[in-house]
Parts: sequence; structure tokens; C-alpha cells
Amino acid sequence: MDQESAAASGGSLISLNEHEQRYYSGLHARCQADTPGKLSSSKVAELFKASQQPPESLHKVTEVCGAKHLGYFGTPQFYIALKLLAAAQSGLPIRLESVSTTNLPLPRFAGLKHEPDVRHPAAPPGPDAQGAQCGSAPVSWTPADRSTFRPLETSADKKEPWSPPRSPCSSPPRSPLAYHSYPYAKQRNGVEAQITPESKRSSRPMVPLEQHSSPCHYGVKPTMEHLQAFSAERPSQPGTVDYSDDDAWRITGEQLEYYTNQFKSLQPDMGARILGAVAKNFFTKSKLPIPELSHIWELSDVDRDGALTFTEFCIAFHLIVARKNGYALPESLPATLQPGFMQHEEEIPDTPESSEPLIVFEDAEPRSYQMGQRITVRLQPSLSSNKQELDEEPLKEEASVKSLTSSQEKPRLRQGAFPDRPEPPQDLDPQMKTKTRPRSYSSTSIEDAMKKVEEPPTPPPRPQKTHSRASSLDLNKLLQQGAPGVKGGWLLHPPALPPRPSASQVPHFLTVSEKTPQNKVQQPNFADFSHFREEEESSMKPEDQRPASGFGPSTEDLTNNSKQDGSGSSHCQAPQKPVRRKYLPESQNPETGPPPGMVFPPSAKPSQKLLSRQKREIQMAIRKNRETNTVLTRLNSELQQQLKVVHQERVTLESQLELLRPLAST
Amino acid sequence: MAVCIAVIAKENYPLFIRSVPTQNELKFHYTVHTSLDVVEEKISAVGKSLGDQRELYLGLLYPTEDYKVYGYVTNSKVKFVIVVDSSNTSLRDNEIRSMFRKLHNSFTDVMCNPFYNPGDPIQSKAFNGIVSGMMVQTG
Repeated sequence: MDQESAAASGGSLISLNEHEQRYYSGLHARCQADTPGKLSSSKVAELFKASQQPPESLHKVTEVCGAKHLGYFGTPQFYIALKLLAAAQSGLPIRLESVSTTNLPLPRFAGLKHEPDVRHPAAPPGPDAQGAQCGSAPVSWTPADRSTFRPLETSADKKEPWSPPRSPCSSPPRSPLAYHSYPYAKQRNGVEAQITPESKRSSRPMVPLEQHSSPCHYGVKPTMEHLQAFSAERPSQPGTVDYSDDDAWRITGEQLEYYTNQFKSLQPDMGARILGAVAKNFFTKSKLPIPELSHIWELSDVDRDGALTFTEFCIAFHLIVARKNGYALPESLPATLQPGFMQHEEEIPDTPESSEPLIVFEDAEPRSYQMGQRITVRLQPSLSSNKQELDEEPLKEEASVKSLTSSQEKPRLRQGAFPDRPEPPQDLDPQMKTKTRPRSYSSTSIEDAMKKVEEPPTPPPRPQKTHSRASSLDLNKLLQQGAPGVKGGWLLHPPALPPRPSASQVPHFLTVSEKTPQNKVQQPNFADFSHFREEEESSMKPEDQRPASGFGPSTEDLTNNSKQDGSGSSHCQAPQKPVRRKYLPESQNPETGPPPGMVFPPSAKPSQKLLSRQKREIQMAIRKNRETNTVLTRLNSELQQQLKVVHQERVTLESQLELLRPLAST
Repeated sequence: MAVCIAVIAKENYPLFIRSVPTQNELKFHYTVHTSLDVVEEKISAVGKSLGDQRELYLGLLYPTEDYKVYGYVTNSKVKFVIVVDSSNTSLRDNEIRSMFRKLHNSFTDVMCNPFYNPGDPIQSKAFNGIVSGMMVQTG
């Protein structure tokens, strides 16, 4: 049996008789831990406690057998320890020499559990007993410091078992907690941290302990309130694994169970991994935005394999839970969520004292999430020892409990140092952003168009002029929508125009097209007027006044003037109209009847209202067409620029190709 | 220290491009775009000679008076382009290679993320962090 050989090799000092061998091997099997060769320190501790020895002697036993030095209980150490316990129980001093005495009775252990249940929380009974003992004896945590120091100082000197005990003797009587803390510090930081809160109940110097004993736990952690007024109830609730120094990032046992169930629902084999696609579908149900889910994945997929082990799954799930509760995602994994820690957590599932509300997972799938349970992440009250770390933590402000549904049944501890966190902004912000955006576009364009139209009295006709000429029939069609009577006028225009304005109009239009739309508004006026002038000088006398009036005002003004000159008589207008039509946009004189009425507000009084309405309609149409025109011109300019760029690239490519061709051919 | 780092997808559109902001970004975008042709040419040239095996690191694509452009292509035809300042002569080839290796690793991590759809712009914070580490600090 390997146990025997181990015992033989580990200690030539001990020789076990048959009974002892059997007994010891049974105890050894009972204390088996996950890692071969090492015994579960919690069970060993339990065993030792059950031996009903005073704590000092237990401590001595640990040291003597060498486990203290090693940091864990190997088989030989365990056997030696059992021997020593037997010696102690029989009153012999705890020394290595006593191990060699052969006729020791078997060590008696009272109240041991006889089923070797590795998985089941050995820790809660452990802390239970510890808590009880804690209450009895004040614990100083300097032993923990010393325990970490000791391996450095003492060099596995089994021959001097007494020197180490001296220093602990100087301290207040140690409880098994100190005794346990040493192996825990080596093996299981989580358990040690578990122990520390127990000790905190009764002892003060917690800060140095925490700093020494659980160095890996303190990263950026938001503090959370404990829903059950845990700080007040702590002495009476030893079984919990809630740590006063800990925060949202530590997974509680209840949450762990929940996560375990979820994992099993996705993947029955606890040891296997969840594929990325499966996990994606699962986490998408949480309705978190995809970038955040992506970030959570990056944080939780520690081995970067595209799949989630159970540990990674718990991390990811916990991050999602925290995020849904309003905690900001950390940039890197908090220390308490590290996978190494996570594995210890698995062995210490918390026994919920009362029904903890679970977070409602707002998912579409009813069976998984809408259980009516709520997980509220437990917040820890700040203790005096915590405030040191808490003050340093930037996430301290996010301390308020954020439960998706009101968890009124839980009294919340507030230490007064935690301002409430504001509502999760994530849901609000995108809504706000999306709402504000669409409004802006529509309003500004209309306003600009309005301004453009209103500044000059009647600008619209002029650009229409040029459009009517240079543009294709598209604008005609556009205008047709605005002013139904445009057709006739438009049709008349093209045939009449070409002879005269073609020569001069075209270069004008070309120059205009290259400029901004604003300039376009200006220039066509000039262009129109020059032609207009020519046209009218040749054709009509009353039109002589138009060039004199100048270009600033719109053609409508001029036409007004001209028409006024024509005394508003319809017959005067009639001869003017065909000429004007060539230049003026159809909006002005699309029809023989109404347009002159538009231009003659003072004269045509009876039909003024009608005319104004039509005027407005036509102006609206003009505005719309202007806008489309500007958009099209901008598009055109951009496309031309792109064309130039592409041309340049093509040229460079061709040059390179030519350079390479002789190489390729050879 | 790179001045501009770009990740271009197989279809030759950018997945990620970032340059030192103080300088003219458009110029770097254009440079990266034109460098793609050189990359394509190198890929095809090497492919003929060596068959399947292909060096991922393409080396100096082309130098201009201001800067040098280095290229790297993955097996899935995703290209990485790094533009470095010519005045920075201390940058050796190995350093460029290591930069590309880091880029490739973080790009793989981004790909592994199931929430990332291939073809989307890369928005990973980890990737951004790595790229920032490689960019010129004064920029």
C-alpha cells in the first residue's frame, strides 16, 4: 500500500501497527482532497478539532509533523500528526520522539462525520466550529502573518520543533483558525478569506491579516451591501461564505448553484465546454448590447479557446448579472473572479440562510430565466477594516443594491458611505440619442429653404429659369407636381429659347454649375437679366425699365415693375408674357391667368387670395426643387472628386504595372 | 512605433484602421489603400513559387520619403498594414515582426469572440489597447 510506503518514507520515525494502519488509512481516505498526495486541509482541521485537543497542541502537532512547513498535509505528515495526536491524548508531550513510541492508543476523534464527502461543504461545519471557538477565544491574526513568514524563516527544521512554537506562544492563545489559516493560505485563499470574516467578528486587527492572507483578493471591487444585515448577524451565522471585504465580484453560493443549473441546461457534462455559438445565443438573451457582451466574453474566456468551461461560464454569467444590476464592466477580471479562485468557490457552495432574491434575467426563454427568482448581488457592509480598501476602490460609488425588481423583503444595510448609483444609463442613452437624431435633419433643411426664399422678395423664379433651360425634362416633371399649370408654359419655353439664349446662356450655365448652389441663385439672375435685357430691348419697349431697375431684386419685382408699367392691363401683360416666359420660371407665368395675378398683388385685388395661395404653392414647389437641385449638385461634385481619385490610382497602378512587366516577362 | 495600423479584410475593405491623430489621417488611409495592391502582388508572386507554404510576414512593401509601409497577411487573407515613420531608423525587422505577431494574436482573440461577426469593424477594447501600445506615444 502506498500509504504504508509513504509513511515509511516520510518518517522513518514512525512505525504503525496493524490497527493504527487501518485506522490511519481510513482517516486518510476520509481526508482525501482533490489533489493527490495532499489532504484536504479542511477535513484535516476538522479531524484535529475532533480530537479535542487544545489549540496550542494542535498547532504544535502541525508543526512537528511538518505540514506547517510544507503547507499541506501529505500522507506522511498526516500519519505523523495522527500519531502525535494520539500521544497528546495520552498525555505525552508532542514531540517527534513521541511518535516513535509504539504502544500509543489510537487517537480518538469525537463527533466525526463518517462519510467521506469531498464535495459537500466541509467548510461550513468547519467555520461553524471555528466560529464557536472564535467566540470563545479572541483571535489574533498575527499568526497568519507569522505563518507566511515562517517558511521563510525556519528551514524545515524538524529537530527544533520547539523554537517555532515559542513565538506563537507569546501571542494570545490561538484558535484553530490560526492553525487553519496557514494551510489555507497556501492552498486555498478562498477558504482563508472565508475564515477571516469569522475572525473579524471577534478580533480587531483585521487589516494586516487581510493584506497578508488574501493578497489576491483586492482589486477593483465595488462594495455591496449585504442584504441580510450581515454584519449585525455575523456572529450568529457562521455558515455563510460572504466576505465583508468583498463585493459584487464575488460569486455567492446561491449564485453558483444558479449558474451550475444554467450550465447544465446548456451542457450536461460539467467538465465539458460550452461552444461559442451556444454561449452567444444564451447570453444574447440577457438583452445586453452586443459590444458589452463582447467585452464580457473577452474577460471571461481566459484560455482564449472560443469556448467556456464551467468556471469561465460562471465568470461570464456573473459579469452579466453585475452589469444588469448596474455595475460597470471592469477593464480586467476582478481578482475575486479569477478562475483559480472560482474553482475553490465550487467546493464551498453557500448555504443560503434565507431565500436570496435572484436577478431576473430578462430573456425570451421562459424556462431558463423567468423563474420568478431574483438574484440580488449581495452587498457587504463596510467594516472598519474594509474602509481602507474601499476608499481606494474607484467603484466604491456603485454600492447601492441594484435589483431589477424591488427586493423589499431584504433589509438593506447602509453604512452611509455609499451613494446610490444612478439608474443604469445604458437603456436610456440609446433611446435619447435615437430620438434626437431624426428631428434635426428635417427641421434645418426646411428652415434654410425658408430663409433662402424669404430674403429676396421673389428669388425662386430665377433659378427656375436656368433649370428650365439647361436641365432636362426632369425638373419639368418636378415642377409639374408643384404647379399643375406649368406644363403649358414649359412646353412653350424650350422651342422659344434656343435661338437666342443658347449662345450666351450655355456658358453662363456652365459657370454656374461649377459653383455652389448659393452662387447659382445669384448668377442665374445676372444671366437671366442680361438675356432678358437683350430680349426685351429687341422686343418690347416697356421692358427697357427692367435693366434699369437692376439685378438685385428678383425678376418678379421687375416683372412687377414691367407689368405695372404696363398699367396692369391684361392686354399689356399678354404681349409681355410670352417674352417673359422665356426667362422667367414657369412658377411665375405658367398660366396666362393666375400668374399675372400673382405678380400683381396690388392690382388684381379680387383674386388676390387665390393668387397668393397659388403663389405660396408655387413657392413651395420652387423650394423643393431648389433643395433637390442642391443635393444633386453636391452629389455630382463628390462623384467627380472620387472619379479623379480613382483616375489617379489607376494611373499609379498602371505605372507600377509597366514597371513590373519587364520583370515578369523575364 | 507605428504611425498607422490597419487591418484589412479579405475583400479589401478595412476592418480596423487607426493612425496617430495629429497627422493627416487621410494621407495614411490613402497610403494603406494603395499598399493593398503591393500586398496582392506579393501574395500572388509567392504563391506561384512556393505553392501552399507562404510566409505570413511580407516585409517592407514600399518606402516613401516620409515613411515605410510593412505588410503581413494571414492564411485567411486578412491583411495587416503598418506604417512607420522613416525617421525612426531604430526599428528593426524583428521588431516589426513582433508587432505583427502581437496584432495577429489579438486579432485571433477578437475572432474567437462569438459576439464578433467576421466582417464587422473591430471594436474590441483589448485590441484597441494592443494597438495603442504599438502606436507612437507622442501622437
